[in-house]
Amino acid sequence: MVWITGSLVFATSFIDSMMQIRGFRIVVQHMPSFMQGALVTLEITALSVALGMILGLFAGLGKLSKSKFIYGLATVYIDFFRGTPLFVQILLFYFGILPLIYNNGVFSSAIIICALNSGAYIAEIVRSGIQAVDKGQMEAARSLGMNHSQAMRYVILPQAYKIVIPPLINEFIALLKDTSLLSAISVMELTHRGDLVYANTYEPAWVWGAVALIYLVMTKALSVLGDYAERRLATE
Amino acid sequence: MKRYIKLLLVGALTLALVVSVVGCGNSTPGGQSEKPKLVVGTNATFPPFESQENNELVGFDMELIRAIGEAEGYDVQVKHMDFKSLVPAVKTGKIDAAIAGMSITEERLESVAFTDAYFNAGLVVAVRDDNQDIKGPNDLKGKKLAAQTGTIGAGYCDKVAKKDSSTQVRTYDDVAQAFMELEKGGVDAVVNDHPVTLNYILTTEKARVKTVGDVFSANDKYGIAVAKDNQKLLQDLNDGLKKVKADGTYDQIYAKWIDQ
Repeated sequence: MVWITGSLVFATSFIDSMMQIRGFRIVVQHMPSFMQGALVTLEITALSVALGMILGLFAGLGKLSKSKFIYGLATVYIDFFRGTPLFVQILLFYFGILPLIYNNGVFSSAIIICALNSGAYIAEIVRSGIQAVDKGQMEAARSLGMNHSQAMRYVILPQAYKIVIPPLINEFIALLKDTSLLSAISVMELTHRGDLVYANTYEPAWVWGAVALIYLVMTKALSVLGDYAERRLATE
Repeated sequence: MKRYIKLLLVGALTLALVVSVVGCGNSTPGGQSEKPKLVVGTNATFPPFESQENNELVGFDMELIRAIGEAEGYDVQVKHMDFKSLVPAVKTGKIDAAIAGMSITEERLESVAFTDAYFNAGLVVAVRDDNQDIKGPNDLKGKKLAAQTGTIGAGYCDKVAKKDSSTQVRTYDDVAQAFMELEKGGVDAVVNDHPVTLNYILTTEKARVKTVGDVFSANDKYGIAVAKDNQKLLQDLNDGLKKVKADGTYDQIYAKWIDQ
């Protein structure tokens, strides 16, 4: 009993003394806004990776296609989005290309750009996943009378799926951090919220420290999830 | 054979890299001038006050700070950085001073000191040329507004948004992006310093932007930011400012950049 009251008194006095520090007060005051920003970051990342997986699956298969045209198309797409900085892609698409196609809003643009970018990385993950499946599997499936696409669907992809889970989670983590670049086009994600507080309070250590900590919590949670999935999917 | 060629190529590239890096070092000989160095930060995306032309920082502020440096015997070096980072950079001593069309505000005075005001700017509302709806600063409620992050224009937008929660505010690292967003139709109005908005309209080909209503917030005065504990520099800059105003240099710079 004494212990509990003792530690409570200590905790409250500790928080009280922390509240004397201007930077700490600012961080506490803006924490709800940071949390909303973190939610936007997660939303954009999740939606982009989901769309990116569809894009990546097709582009990855395209990279393995025998048709020169499809192979070329997939290669151009993957090379462009992997070979140019995401920051440049954001500015190019948001201000340059998407306005020609539709009246682009910030949120939808953010998701389109991030999905296109992450699709290119996922395509390489898919391609290497498929290629990692033993060659004999395809030959065996074909000898059972399946055609190429049937063998792909029922034999190769289910096995590749297992192989690509860990790198997919890595891609998710990488994109989550990269969404911070969207602050340039005023997407209200975590970094832009930090930007706004920093621009008015000039407390870099506290504001960016808090923002970094929130990112760390999110990426750590994801990597723990990834480790768990890896263990569950292990066959040997 | 092929291998040797590859090795040779890699070697040649490495050599080229090393030479170019060393070359850079050699091309900036130090210790030529005896004058004390004055490192000044700016954000060169704000013409006519500061912008980049042919790899050089030019504009009203740039000529003014060089003239003040000349008058007070400083070797002025200007550095470009993010606008919102200028005050923290002065505060932590990363730069000696900041001149960036920066208004003297109470929030900034909490972190840094300012010289005497050297320019009286004021804000203005800009809309797309086909907009008939917004006629001035009183029509901004419930609209989508854009400004540069950390400017008093952004502060004004936030004030409007606080009174009316249906108002949306978007901020960008430089004001050109805010104008791009306006022309694209992503926002209804940009709130920004009057001379800069005017310069954008005058110098941008096919600018689809017009200003509406009067210049407001007339107490929007620019100062040069200096660390609070650097009283000597503050004194020198104020003296220099007085000198360039007295000898007509200030008027020349004003005529060149502002009275276009």
